[in-house]
Amino acid sequence: MTGKNRKRRSFGNTQIDKAPTGIQGLDDITHGGLPAGRPTLVSGGPGAGKTLFGVSFLVEGAQRFHEPGVLLTFEENAEDLAQDVRSLGYDLDKLCAERKLLVDYIHVDRSEIEETGEYDLEGLFVRLDHAINQIGAKRVMLDTIETLFGGLQDTGVLRAELRRLFRWLRDRKMTTIVTAERGEQLFTRQGLEEYITDAVISLDHRVHEQISTRRIRIVKYRGSTHGTNEYPFLIDRDGITVLPVTSLLLEHEAPDERVSSGLPALDAMLGGKGFYRASTVLMSGTPGTGKTTMSAHFVNAACARGEKCLYFLFEESPQQMIRNMASAGIDLKPWVDKGLLVFHAERPNRHGLETHLLEVHHACEANEPDIVVMDPITNLMAVGTQIDVRAMLTRVIDYLKTRGITAMFTSLTTPSQSIEQTEAMISSLMDTWILVAVDTIDRKRTRNLYVLKSRGMPHSDEVRPFRFTPHGIELLPGAGTARPAKRPARSAAGRRR
Amino acid sequence: MTPAAAPEKYALRLYVAGQTPKAARAFANLRTICEEHLAGRYSIEVIDLIENPALGRGDQILALPTLVRKLPTPIKKIIGDLSNTERVLVGLDLRPRPRRAVA
Repeated sequence: MTGKNRKRRSFGNTQIDKAPTGIQGLDDITHGGLPAGRPTLVSGGPGAGKTLFGVSFLVEGAQRFHEPGVLLTFEENAEDLAQDVRSLGYDLDKLCAERKLLVDYIHVDRSEIEETGEYDLEGLFVRLDHAINQIGAKRVMLDTIETLFGGLQDTGVLRAELRRLFRWLRDRKMTTIVTAERGEQLFTRQGLEEYITDAVISLDHRVHEQISTRRIRIVKYRGSTHGTNEYPFLIDRDGITVLPVTSLLLEHEAPDERVSSGLPALDAMLGGKGFYRASTVLMSGTPGTGKTTMSAHFVNAACARGEKCLYFLFEESPQQMIRNMASAGIDLKPWVDKGLLVFHAERPNRHGLETHLLEVHHACEANEPDIVVMDPITNLMAVGTQIDVRAMLTRVIDYLKTRGITAMFTSLTTPSQSIEQTEAMISSLMDTWILVAVDTIDRKRTRNLYVLKSRGMPHSDEVRPFRFTPHGIELLPGAGTARPAKRPARSAAGRRR
Repeated sequence: MTPAAAPEKYALRLYVAGQTPKAARAFANLRTICEEHLAGRYSIEVIDLIENPALGRGDQILALPTLVRKLPTPIKKIIGDLSNTERVLVGLDLRPRPRRAVA
Protein backbone atom coordinates (compact mmCIF):
# COMPACT_ATOMS: atom_id res chain seq x y z
CA MET A 1 0.00 0.00 0.00
CA THR A 2 2.75 2.35 0.95
CA GLY A 3 4.77 1.49 -2.11
CA LYS A 4 1.80 1.83 -4.38
CA ASN A 5 0.97 5.18 -2.98
CA ARG A 6 4.47 6.44 -3.53
CA LYS A 7 4.48 5.29 -7.07
CA ARG A 8 1.34 7.21 -7.80
CA ARG A 9 2.84 10.28 -6.33
CA SER A 10 5.87 10.13 -8.52
CA PHE A 11 3.66 9.67 -11.53
CA GLY A 12 2.12 12.94 -10.49
CA ASN A 13 5.20 14.78 -11.61
CA THR A 14 5.05 13.51 -15.14
CA GLN A 15 1.38 14.28 -15.55
CA ILE A 16 -0.02 17.29 -17.33
CA ASP A 17 1.23 20.74 -16.42
CA LYS A 18 -0.36 22.19 -13.35
CA ALA A 19 -0.91 25.68 -12.08
CA PRO A 20 -0.57 25.84 -8.30
CA THR A 21 -3.56 27.48 -6.66
CA GLY A 22 -1.61 28.56 -3.60
CA ILE A 23 -4.63 27.48 -1.58
CA GLN A 24 -3.28 25.59 1.39
CA GLY A 25 -3.97 21.91 1.06
CA LEU A 26 -5.63 22.03 -2.35
CA ASP A 27 -2.37 21.66 -4.19
CA ASP A 28 -1.73 18.53 -2.14
CA ILE A 29 -4.95 16.80 -3.08
CA THR A 30 -4.65 17.80 -6.73
CA HIS A 31 -0.97 16.82 -6.70
CA GLY A 32 0.15 20.20 -7.87
CA GLY A 33 -2.77 22.45 -8.70
CA LEU A 34 -5.31 22.97 -11.46
CA PRO A 35 -4.71 21.95 -15.06
CA ALA A 36 -2.52 24.68 -16.50
CA GLY A 37 -3.89 26.46 -19.53
CA ARG A 38 -7.30 24.83 -19.24
CA PRO A 39 -10.63 25.65 -17.68
CA THR A 40 -11.74 24.18 -14.38
CA LEU A 41 -15.37 24.22 -13.34
CA VAL A 42 -16.07 25.07 -9.72
CA SER A 43 -19.64 24.32 -8.75
CA GLY A 44 -21.50 24.77 -5.51
CA GLY A 45 -24.66 26.06 -3.92
CA PRO A 46 -25.15 29.64 -2.74
CA GLY A 47 -22.60 30.58 -0.11
CA ALA A 48 -20.41 27.58 -0.84
CA GLY A 49 -17.39 29.81 -1.33
CA LYS A 50 -17.06 29.67 -5.12
CA THR A 51 -16.19 33.31 -5.64
CA LEU A 52 -13.70 33.34 -2.84
CA PHE A 53 -12.17 30.17 -4.15
CA GLY A 54 -11.64 31.73 -7.56
CA VAL A 55 -10.40 35.02 -6.17
CA SER A 56 -7.88 33.17 -4.00
CA PHE A 57 -6.66 31.39 -7.09
CA LEU A 58 -6.17 34.70 -8.91
CA VAL A 59 -4.65 36.57 -6.00
CA GLU A 60 -2.23 33.78 -5.07
CA GLY A 61 -1.33 33.43 -8.73
CA ALA A 62 -0.59 37.13 -9.01
CA GLN A 63 1.28 37.41 -5.73
CA ARG A 64 3.22 34.19 -5.54
CA PHE A 65 3.48 32.69 -8.98
CA HIS A 66 3.88 35.78 -11.17
CA GLU A 67 0.79 34.93 -13.10
CA PRO A 68 -1.46 37.96 -13.51
CA GLY A 69 -5.16 37.29 -13.59
CA VAL A 70 -8.35 38.64 -15.07
CA LEU A 71 -11.53 38.47 -13.08
CA LEU A 72 -14.61 38.78 -15.20
CA THR A 73 -17.55 39.02 -12.89
CA PHE A 74 -21.17 38.82 -13.90
CA GLU A 75 -22.35 38.99 -10.33
CA GLU A 76 -21.38 41.85 -8.16
CA ASN A 77 -19.76 45.04 -9.13
CA ALA A 78 -16.06 45.44 -8.63
CA GLU A 79 -16.30 47.62 -5.51
CA ASP A 80 -18.50 45.15 -3.64
CA LEU A 81 -16.19 42.34 -4.55
CA ALA A 82 -13.07 44.15 -3.37
CA GLN A 83 -14.86 44.85 -0.11
CA ASP A 84 -15.87 41.24 0.36
CA VAL A 85 -12.43 39.79 -0.08
CA ARG A 86 -10.67 42.47 1.93
CA SER A 87 -11.84 40.82 5.14
CA LEU A 88 -9.75 37.84 4.09
CA GLY A 89 -6.64 39.88 3.67
CA TYR A 90 -6.80 40.35 -0.09
CA ASP A 91 -6.24 43.83 -1.42
CA LEU A 92 -7.65 43.77 -4.92
CA ASP A 93 -7.20 47.50 -5.46
CA LYS A 94 -3.52 47.25 -4.81
CA LEU A 95 -3.11 44.30 -7.14
CA CYS A 96 -5.07 46.13 -9.81
CA ALA A 97 -2.85 49.19 -9.40
CA GLU A 98 0.19 46.98 -9.82
CA ARG A 99 -1.33 45.56 -12.99
CA LYS A 100 -1.29 42.06 -11.57
CA LEU A 101 -5.03 41.83 -11.59
CA LEU A 102 -7.79 43.23 -13.73
CA VAL A 103 -11.41 43.18 -12.67
CA ASP A 104 -14.07 43.67 -15.32
CA TYR A 105 -17.69 43.79 -14.42
CA ILE A 106 -20.25 42.66 -16.93
CA HIS A 107 -23.78 43.59 -16.22
CA VAL A 108 -26.60 42.07 -18.18
CA ASP A 109 -30.14 43.15 -17.60
CA ARG A 110 -32.71 41.44 -19.74
CA SER A 111 -35.20 44.23 -19.23
CA GLU A 112 -33.07 46.82 -20.92
CA ILE A 113 -32.04 44.71 -23.86
CA GLU A 114 -34.11 44.12 -26.95
CA GLU A 115 -33.08 41.22 -29.17
CA THR A 116 -33.61 41.42 -32.86
CA GLY A 117 -31.95 39.13 -35.33
CA GLU A 118 -28.67 37.35 -35.27
CA TYR A 119 -25.93 38.12 -32.79
CA ASP A 120 -22.98 36.53 -31.12
CA LEU A 121 -20.95 37.20 -27.98
CA GLU A 122 -17.95 38.59 -29.77
CA GLY A 123 -18.12 41.61 -27.45
CA LEU A 124 -17.33 39.35 -24.52
CA PHE A 125 -14.40 37.83 -26.38
CA VAL A 126 -13.06 41.24 -27.35
CA ARG A 127 -13.27 42.53 -23.81
CA LEU A 128 -11.70 39.44 -22.33
CA ASP A 129 -8.97 39.44 -24.93
CA HIS A 130 -8.29 43.09 -24.26
CA ALA A 131 -8.14 42.51 -20.52
CA ILE A 132 -5.77 39.57 -20.93
CA ASN A 133 -3.47 41.56 -23.19
CA GLN A 134 -3.44 44.60 -20.92
CA ILE A 135 -1.77 42.79 -18.04
CA GLY A 136 -0.33 39.74 -19.74
CA ALA A 137 -2.72 37.48 -17.85
CA LYS A 138 -2.15 33.79 -17.39
CA ARG A 139 -5.21 33.17 -15.26
CA VAL A 140 -8.86 33.96 -15.77
CA MET A 141 -11.90 33.65 -13.60
CA LEU A 142 -15.46 33.83 -14.92
CA ASP A 143 -17.89 34.41 -12.06
CA THR A 144 -20.70 33.32 -12.68
CA ILE A 145 -21.12 33.04 -16.39
CA GLU A 146 -24.43 31.23 -16.09
CA THR A 147 -25.92 34.58 -15.18
CA LEU A 148 -25.98 35.20 -18.93
CA PHE A 149 -28.77 32.67 -19.25
CA GLY A 150 -30.92 35.08 -17.33
CA GLY A 151 -29.90 38.03 -19.48
CA LEU A 152 -30.17 36.67 -22.99
CA GLN A 153 -33.13 34.98 -24.58
CA ASP A 154 -31.44 33.00 -27.28
CA THR A 155 -29.97 30.11 -25.32
CA GLY A 156 -28.96 28.35 -28.52
CA VAL A 157 -26.59 31.19 -29.38
CA LEU A 158 -25.45 31.38 -25.79
CA ARG A 159 -24.54 27.71 -25.58
CA ALA A 160 -22.69 27.77 -28.85
CA GLU A 161 -20.82 30.88 -27.75
CA LEU A 162 -19.89 29.44 -24.39
CA ARG A 163 -18.53 26.36 -26.06
CA ARG A 164 -16.50 28.63 -28.30
CA LEU A 165 -15.37 30.69 -25.30
CA PHE A 166 -13.99 27.71 -23.39
CA ARG A 167 -12.23 26.48 -26.53
CA TRP A 168 -10.82 29.94 -27.06
CA LEU A 169 -9.56 30.12 -23.47
CA ARG A 170 -7.90 26.75 -23.95
CA ASP A 171 -6.27 27.96 -27.16
CA ARG A 172 -5.02 31.04 -25.35
CA LYS A 173 -3.63 28.72 -22.66
CA MET A 174 -5.44 30.49 -19.88
CA THR A 175 -5.75 28.61 -16.62
CA THR A 176 -9.38 29.40 -15.98
CA ILE A 177 -11.83 28.98 -13.17
CA VAL A 178 -15.47 29.00 -14.18
CA THR A 179 -17.86 29.17 -11.27
CA ALA A 180 -21.37 27.83 -11.52
CA GLU A 181 -24.38 27.37 -9.34
CA ARG A 182 -25.12 23.76 -8.51
CA GLY A 183 -28.15 22.40 -10.34
CA GLU A 184 -30.71 20.01 -9.05
CA GLN A 185 -29.42 17.02 -10.87
CA LEU A 186 -26.40 18.29 -12.73
CA PHE A 187 -23.33 19.86 -11.27
CA THR A 188 -24.44 23.15 -12.73
CA ARG A 189 -27.82 24.56 -13.59
CA GLN A 190 -27.04 24.92 -17.25
CA GLY A 191 -25.01 21.77 -17.63
CA LEU A 192 -21.72 23.58 -18.14
CA GLU A 193 -19.90 20.40 -17.18
CA GLU A 194 -20.68 19.30 -20.71
CA TYR A 195 -18.31 21.98 -22.03
CA ILE A 196 -15.66 21.93 -19.35
CA THR A 197 -14.30 18.48 -19.17
CA ASP A 198 -10.80 19.03 -17.87
CA ALA A 199 -11.51 19.39 -14.20
CA VAL A 200 -14.58 19.76 -12.04
CA ILE A 201 -14.46 20.76 -8.39
CA SER A 202 -17.47 20.71 -6.14
CA LEU A 203 -17.83 22.91 -3.08
CA ASP A 204 -20.36 22.23 -0.41
CA HIS A 205 -21.53 24.00 2.69
CA ARG A 206 -23.71 21.95 4.97
CA VAL A 207 -25.00 22.35 8.45
CA HIS A 208 -25.42 19.33 10.65
CA GLU A 209 -26.74 19.71 14.16
CA GLN A 210 -26.13 23.44 13.97
CA ILE A 211 -22.50 23.01 13.10
CA SER A 212 -21.46 24.08 9.67
CA THR A 213 -18.82 22.37 7.65
CA ARG A 214 -17.47 23.27 4.25
CA ARG A 215 -16.27 20.50 2.03
CA ILE A 216 -14.48 20.28 -1.26
CA ARG A 217 -14.29 17.40 -3.68
CA ILE A 218 -12.39 16.91 -6.89
CA VAL A 219 -15.09 15.37 -9.01
CA LYS A 220 -13.00 15.01 -12.09
CA TYR A 221 -9.50 15.75 -13.18
CA ARG A 222 -8.63 14.59 -16.65
CA GLY A 223 -5.09 13.36 -17.08
CA SER A 224 -4.22 13.43 -13.42
CA THR A 225 -4.61 11.42 -10.30
CA HIS A 226 -6.17 13.26 -7.41
CA GLY A 227 -7.57 12.72 -3.98
CA THR A 228 -11.15 11.54 -4.34
CA ASN A 229 -12.47 12.11 -0.86
CA GLU A 230 -14.45 15.01 0.39
CA TYR A 231 -12.07 17.27 2.23
CA PRO A 232 -13.09 19.82 4.79
CA PHE A 233 -12.05 23.36 4.11
CA LEU A 234 -12.17 26.56 6.04
CA ILE A 235 -12.61 30.17 5.10
CA ASP A 236 -11.14 32.52 7.64
CA ARG A 237 -8.93 35.57 7.90
CA ASP A 238 -6.13 33.62 6.22
CA GLY A 239 -8.26 32.83 3.21
CA ILE A 240 -9.09 29.29 2.19
CA THR A 241 -7.44 26.26 3.72
CA VAL A 242 -8.20 22.77 2.52
CA LEU A 243 -7.45 20.01 4.89
CA PRO A 244 -5.92 16.99 3.26
CA VAL A 245 -6.64 13.72 4.99
CA THR A 246 -4.17 12.12 7.20
CA SER A 247 -1.17 11.25 5.22
CA LEU A 248 -1.86 7.58 5.07
CA LEU A 249 1.77 6.72 5.25
CA LEU A 250 3.03 6.14 8.73
CA GLU A 251 6.39 7.70 8.26
CA HIS A 252 6.98 10.00 11.19
CA GLU A 253 10.38 10.21 12.69
CA ALA A 254 10.67 8.40 16.00
CA PRO A 255 13.22 10.33 18.00
CA ASP A 256 15.01 8.69 20.92
CA GLU A 257 15.05 11.97 22.76
CA ARG A 258 13.06 12.06 25.96
CA VAL A 259 10.94 14.79 27.45
CA SER A 260 10.29 15.15 31.14
CA SER A 261 6.73 14.90 32.36
CA GLY A 262 7.56 17.70 34.77
CA LEU A 263 7.32 15.31 37.70
CA PRO A 264 10.61 13.53 38.42
CA ALA A 265 8.77 10.72 40.17
CA LEU A 266 6.61 10.15 37.10
CA ASP A 267 9.65 10.28 34.86
CA ALA A 268 11.11 7.57 37.03
CA MET A 269 8.08 5.41 36.30
CA LEU A 270 8.63 5.94 32.58
CA GLY A 271 11.98 4.23 32.31
CA GLY A 272 13.53 6.98 34.32
CA LYS A 273 13.46 9.56 31.55
CA GLY A 274 9.91 10.61 30.80
CA PHE A 275 8.05 10.58 27.48
CA TYR A 276 9.55 10.25 24.04
CA ARG A 277 9.76 13.45 22.07
CA ALA A 278 7.05 13.64 19.39
CA SER A 279 4.99 11.00 21.14
CA THR A 280 1.40 11.32 22.31
CA VAL A 281 0.34 11.04 25.89
CA LEU A 282 -3.16 10.40 27.14
CA MET A 283 -3.93 11.49 30.67
CA SER A 284 -7.30 10.18 31.67
CA GLY A 285 -9.31 10.10 34.82
CA THR A 286 -12.52 10.98 36.59
CA PRO A 287 -13.31 14.61 37.47
CA GLY A 288 -11.09 16.31 40.03
CA THR A 289 -8.22 13.87 39.79
CA GLY A 290 -5.63 16.40 38.75
CA LYS A 291 -5.36 15.85 35.02
CA THR A 292 -5.03 19.53 34.27
CA THR A 293 -2.51 19.96 37.06
CA MET A 294 -0.45 17.14 35.57
CA SER A 295 -0.53 18.90 32.22
CA ALA A 296 0.47 22.11 33.91
CA HIS A 297 3.52 20.39 35.38
CA PHE A 298 4.40 19.08 31.98
CA VAL A 299 4.07 22.52 30.39
CA ASN A 300 5.81 24.24 33.25
CA ALA A 301 8.88 22.03 32.90
CA ALA A 302 8.93 22.48 29.13
CA CYS A 303 8.81 26.26 29.42
CA ALA A 304 11.56 26.15 32.02
CA ARG A 305 13.70 24.38 29.41
CA GLY A 306 12.87 27.19 27.03
CA GLU A 307 10.50 25.16 24.87
CA LYS A 308 7.38 26.59 23.40
CA CYS A 309 4.00 25.25 24.49
CA LEU A 310 0.60 25.59 22.92
CA TYR A 311 -2.27 24.79 25.26
CA PHE A 312 -5.77 24.21 23.90
CA LEU A 313 -8.41 24.78 26.52
CA PHE A 314 -11.89 23.49 25.79
CA GLU A 315 -13.40 24.14 29.19
CA GLU A 316 -11.74 27.00 30.98
CA SER A 317 -10.50 30.42 30.09
CA PRO A 318 -6.75 31.01 30.21
CA GLN A 319 -7.19 33.38 33.15
CA GLN A 320 -9.08 30.75 35.08
CA MET A 321 -6.46 28.15 34.29
CA ILE A 322 -3.60 30.42 35.36
CA ARG A 323 -5.35 31.30 38.60
CA ASN A 324 -6.20 27.70 39.45
CA MET A 325 -2.72 26.48 38.72
CA ALA A 326 -1.19 29.29 40.76
CA SER A 327 -3.25 28.11 43.72
CA ALA A 328 -1.99 24.58 43.06
CA GLY A 329 1.56 25.90 43.23
CA ILE A 330 2.37 26.13 39.54
CA ASP A 331 3.00 29.64 38.27
CA LEU A 332 2.32 29.71 34.55
CA LYS A 333 1.99 33.46 34.16
CA PRO A 334 5.69 34.19 33.60
CA TRP A 335 5.72 31.73 30.68
CA VAL A 336 2.72 33.42 29.14
CA ASP A 337 4.42 36.79 29.56
CA LYS A 338 7.57 35.47 27.95
CA GLY A 339 5.57 34.08 25.06
CA LEU A 340 6.64 30.52 25.76
CA LEU A 341 3.16 29.45 26.69
CA VAL A 342 0.27 30.26 24.40
CA PHE A 343 -3.29 29.46 25.33
CA HIS A 344 -5.95 28.81 22.78
CA ALA A 345 -9.29 28.68 24.51
CA GLU A 346 -12.48 27.83 22.71
CA ARG A 347 -15.78 26.17 23.34
CA PRO A 348 -15.75 22.91 21.42
CA ASN A 349 -19.21 23.39 20.01
CA ARG A 350 -18.31 26.70 18.49
CA HIS A 351 -17.14 24.90 15.40
CA GLY A 352 -17.32 21.61 13.67
CA LEU A 353 -14.53 19.15 14.17
CA GLU A 354 -12.86 20.07 10.93
CA THR A 355 -12.68 23.65 11.96
CA HIS A 356 -11.08 22.63 15.22
CA LEU A 357 -8.59 20.63 13.31
CA LEU A 358 -7.79 23.60 11.14
CA GLU A 359 -7.47 25.77 14.20
CA VAL A 360 -4.89 23.34 15.49
CA HIS A 361 -3.05 23.59 12.20
CA HIS A 362 -3.18 27.35 12.13
CA ALA A 363 -2.17 27.71 15.75
CA CYS A 364 0.72 25.31 15.31
CA GLU A 365 1.91 27.10 12.23
CA ALA A 366 1.68 30.46 13.92
CA ASN A 367 3.38 29.41 17.15
CA GLU A 368 5.66 26.54 16.16
CA PRO A 369 5.33 24.81 19.53
CA ASP A 370 7.45 21.97 20.89
CA ILE A 371 4.62 20.82 23.12
CA VAL A 372 0.87 20.80 22.56
CA VAL A 373 -1.74 20.07 25.22
CA MET A 374 -5.42 19.59 24.52
CA ASP A 375 -7.54 19.76 27.62
CA PRO A 376 -9.87 17.93 27.63
CA ILE A 377 -10.33 16.15 24.33
CA THR A 378 -13.43 14.46 25.66
CA ASN A 379 -15.27 17.75 25.22
CA LEU A 380 -14.86 17.38 21.50
CA MET A 381 -17.05 14.31 21.65
CA ALA A 382 -19.94 16.69 22.05
CA VAL A 383 -19.25 17.97 18.57
CA GLY A 384 -19.16 14.76 16.63
CA THR A 385 -19.74 11.07 16.72
CA GLN A 386 -17.08 8.82 18.15
CA ILE A 387 -15.97 7.81 14.71
CA ASP A 388 -15.63 11.44 13.65
CA VAL A 389 -13.75 12.35 16.78
CA ARG A 390 -11.41 9.47 16.34
CA ALA A 391 -10.80 10.41 12.72
CA MET A 392 -10.14 13.98 13.73
CA LEU A 393 -7.76 12.98 16.49
CA THR A 394 -5.96 10.67 14.13
CA ARG A 395 -5.37 13.64 11.88
CA VAL A 396 -4.28 15.85 14.74
CA ILE A 397 -1.87 13.26 16.06
CA ASP A 398 -0.55 12.57 12.63
CA TYR A 399 0.02 16.23 12.05
CA LEU A 400 1.69 16.80 15.42
CA LYS A 401 3.97 13.82 14.99
CA THR A 402 5.01 14.95 11.56
CA ARG A 403 6.00 18.23 13.09
CA GLY A 404 7.87 16.53 15.92
CA ILE A 405 5.55 17.95 18.54
CA THR A 406 5.06 16.12 21.82
CA ALA A 407 1.37 16.10 22.69
CA MET A 408 -0.60 15.54 25.84
CA PHE A 409 -4.34 14.98 25.78
CA THR A 410 -6.44 14.90 28.86
CA SER A 411 -9.56 12.84 28.87
CA LEU A 412 -12.40 12.97 31.30
CA THR A 413 -14.02 9.71 32.26
CA THR A 414 -17.24 9.63 34.19
CA PRO A 415 -17.03 7.63 37.39
CA SER A 416 -19.74 5.20 36.37
CA GLN A 417 -18.20 4.35 33.04
CA SER A 418 -15.57 1.79 32.49
CA ILE A 419 -12.50 3.52 31.25
CA GLU A 420 -12.02 1.20 28.32
CA GLN A 421 -15.43 1.99 27.07
CA THR A 422 -14.78 5.68 26.90
CA GLU A 423 -11.35 5.49 25.52
CA ALA A 424 -10.97 2.29 23.63
CA MET A 425 -11.33 4.26 20.46
CA ILE A 426 -8.65 6.80 21.15
CA SER A 427 -6.24 4.97 23.42
CA SER A 428 -4.80 2.98 20.55
CA LEU A 429 -3.64 6.24 19.01
CA MET A 430 -1.65 7.08 22.10
CA ASP A 431 1.91 6.10 22.85
CA THR A 432 1.65 6.58 26.58
CA TRP A 433 -1.48 6.27 28.67
CA ILE A 434 -1.49 7.50 32.22
CA LEU A 435 -4.47 6.98 34.40
CA VAL A 436 -5.43 8.94 37.45
CA ALA A 437 -8.17 7.69 39.72
CA VAL A 438 -9.66 8.45 43.06
CA ASP A 439 -10.30 5.71 45.55
CA THR A 440 -12.01 6.10 48.84
CA ILE A 441 -10.05 4.40 51.55
CA ASP A 442 -11.01 4.70 55.20
CA ARG A 443 -13.40 7.49 54.35
CA LYS A 444 -10.64 9.42 52.74
CA ARG A 445 -10.25 10.04 49.06
CA THR A 446 -6.89 8.94 47.75
CA ARG A 447 -5.64 9.90 44.34
CA ASN A 448 -3.68 7.27 42.49
CA LEU A 449 -1.73 7.29 39.31
CA TYR A 450 -0.44 4.51 37.14
CA VAL A 451 1.03 4.03 33.72
CA LEU A 452 -1.31 1.85 31.74
CA LYS A 453 0.96 1.66 28.77
CA SER A 454 3.99 3.34 27.35
CA ARG A 455 5.25 2.14 24.04
CA GLY A 456 8.92 1.54 23.51
CA MET A 457 10.12 1.83 27.08
CA PRO A 458 10.15 -0.20 30.24
CA HIS A 459 7.64 1.36 32.57
CA SER A 460 6.55 0.91 36.12
CA ASP A 461 3.62 -1.31 37.03
CA GLU A 462 3.18 0.50 40.28
CA VAL A 463 0.08 2.30 41.39
CA ARG A 464 1.31 5.45 42.99
CA PRO A 465 -0.75 7.56 45.30
CA PHE A 466 -0.22 11.26 44.96
CA ARG A 467 -1.33 14.41 46.67
CA PHE A 468 -1.59 18.09 46.01
CA THR A 469 0.93 20.22 47.84
CA PRO A 470 1.47 23.99 47.78
CA HIS A 471 4.14 23.21 45.18
CA GLY A 472 2.07 21.10 42.92
CA ILE A 473 1.61 17.38 42.72
CA GLU A 474 3.74 15.07 44.77
CA LEU A 475 3.90 11.35 44.13
CA LEU A 476 4.08 9.20 47.21
CA PRO A 477 5.89 5.92 47.47
CA GLY A 478 3.62 3.20 46.19
CA ALA A 479 5.12 -0.22 46.68
CA GLY A 480 6.10 0.28 50.30
CA THR A 481 2.69 1.03 51.66
CA ALA A 482 0.59 -2.01 51.28
CA ARG A 483 -2.85 -0.52 51.50
CA PRO A 484 -2.97 2.03 48.71
CA ALA A 485 -1.20 -0.37 46.42
CA LYS A 486 -3.66 -3.14 47.06
CA ARG A 487 -6.91 -1.31 46.84
CA PRO A 488 -6.31 0.56 43.62
CA ALA A 489 -4.82 -2.57 42.16
CA ARG A 490 -8.22 -4.14 42.45
CA SER A 491 -9.89 -1.36 40.64
CA ALA A 492 -7.15 -1.31 38.09
CA ALA A 493 -7.45 -5.02 37.48
CA GLY A 494 -10.99 -4.60 36.36
CA ARG A 495 -9.97 -1.98 33.89
CA ARG A 496 -6.92 -3.54 32.50
CA ARG A 497 -6.80 -4.13 28.82
CA MET B 1 -38.80 71.31 -21.42
CA THR B 2 -41.51 71.78 -23.94
CA PRO B 3 -42.60 68.40 -25.19
CA ALA B 4 -44.33 69.33 -28.38
CA ALA B 5 -41.67 71.74 -29.64
CA ALA B 6 -38.48 70.42 -31.26
CA PRO B 7 -38.48 66.71 -32.00
CA GLU B 8 -35.91 64.79 -29.99
CA LYS B 9 -32.47 64.12 -31.40
CA TYR B 10 -31.40 60.52 -31.53
CA ALA B 11 -27.76 59.76 -30.80
CA LEU B 12 -27.13 56.16 -31.75
CA ARG B 13 -24.06 54.08 -31.40
CA LEU B 14 -23.53 50.80 -33.17
CA TYR B 15 -20.94 48.44 -31.76
CA VAL B 16 -19.41 45.90 -34.09
CA ALA B 17 -16.27 43.79 -34.24
CA GLY B 18 -14.66 43.99 -37.64
CA GLN B 19 -16.33 44.04 -41.03
CA THR B 20 -18.47 40.96 -40.62
CA PRO B 21 -21.57 40.26 -42.69
CA LYS B 22 -23.62 40.60 -39.52
CA ALA B 23 -22.14 44.03 -38.86
CA ALA B 24 -22.79 45.19 -42.41
CA ARG B 25 -26.35 43.91 -42.21
CA ALA B 26 -26.96 45.64 -38.94
CA PHE B 27 -25.64 48.94 -40.25
CA ALA B 28 -27.73 48.73 -43.43
CA ASN B 29 -30.86 47.87 -41.46
CA LEU B 30 -30.23 50.71 -39.05
CA ARG B 31 -29.77 53.26 -41.85
CA THR B 32 -33.02 52.20 -43.46
CA ILE B 33 -34.99 52.41 -40.23
CA CYS B 34 -33.52 55.79 -39.28
CA GLU B 35 -34.16 57.31 -42.70
CA GLU B 36 -37.71 56.20 -42.54
CA HIS B 37 -38.55 57.13 -38.94
CA LEU B 38 -35.96 59.62 -37.76
CA ALA B 39 -35.00 61.50 -40.91
CA GLY B 40 -32.92 64.56 -40.11
CA ARG B 41 -32.76 64.00 -36.38
CA TYR B 42 -30.39 61.14 -35.83
CA SER B 43 -26.69 60.46 -35.76
CA ILE B 44 -24.99 57.08 -35.97
CA GLU B 45 -21.56 56.41 -34.58
CA VAL B 46 -20.08 53.05 -35.47
CA ILE B 47 -17.54 51.67 -33.00
CA ASP B 48 -15.37 48.77 -34.04
CA LEU B 49 -14.25 46.99 -30.91
CA ILE B 50 -11.44 45.27 -32.75
CA GLU B 51 -9.86 48.71 -33.13
CA ASN B 52 -11.00 50.11 -29.79
CA PRO B 53 -11.52 47.22 -27.42
CA ALA B 54 -11.50 49.49 -24.37
CA LEU B 55 -14.71 51.19 -25.50
CA GLY B 56 -16.75 48.06 -24.92
CA ARG B 57 -16.55 48.50 -21.20
CA GLY B 58 -18.43 51.76 -20.91
CA ASP B 59 -21.63 50.57 -22.51
CA GLN B 60 -21.34 47.05 -21.10
CA ILE B 61 -21.09 45.48 -24.50
CA LEU B 62 -21.31 41.73 -24.58
CA ALA B 63 -23.25 40.64 -27.62
CA LEU B 64 -22.48 41.99 -31.08
CA PRO B 65 -23.76 43.81 -32.92
CA THR B 66 -25.24 46.04 -30.23
CA LEU B 67 -27.10 49.24 -30.91
CA VAL B 68 -27.09 51.70 -28.05
CA ARG B 69 -29.45 54.64 -27.91
CA LYS B 70 -27.39 57.23 -26.04
CA LEU B 71 -29.97 59.95 -26.52
CA PRO B 72 -32.68 60.48 -25.65
CA THR B 73 -32.18 59.00 -22.24
CA PRO B 74 -32.64 56.46 -20.77
CA ILE B 75 -30.08 54.38 -22.56
CA LYS B 76 -31.53 51.54 -24.58
CA LYS B 77 -29.79 48.53 -26.01
CA ILE B 78 -30.75 46.41 -28.94
CA ILE B 79 -28.69 43.40 -29.85
CA GLY B 80 -28.64 41.51 -33.12
CA ASP B 81 -28.48 42.43 -36.76
CA LEU B 82 -31.60 44.60 -36.44
CA SER B 83 -33.41 42.52 -39.06
CA ASN B 84 -36.72 42.74 -37.23
CA THR B 85 -37.77 46.33 -37.83
CA GLU B 86 -40.77 46.20 -35.50
CA ARG B 87 -38.62 45.14 -32.59
CA VAL B 88 -36.02 47.78 -33.34
CA LEU B 89 -38.72 50.44 -33.28
CA VAL B 90 -40.00 49.09 -29.99
CA GLY B 91 -36.47 48.99 -28.66
CA LEU B 92 -35.91 52.62 -29.64
CA ASP B 93 -39.22 53.63 -28.07
CA LEU B 94 -40.50 54.75 -31.43
CA ARG B 95 -43.37 52.39 -31.08
CA PRO B 96 -45.13 51.24 -27.93
CA ARG B 97 -44.61 47.71 -26.75
CA PRO B 98 -46.99 45.32 -28.51
CA ARG B 99 -48.76 44.17 -25.36
CA ARG B 100 -49.73 47.67 -24.37
CA ALA B 101 -51.24 48.86 -27.59
CA VAL B 102 -51.46 48.01 -31.22
CA ALA B 103 -50.06 50.55 -33.63
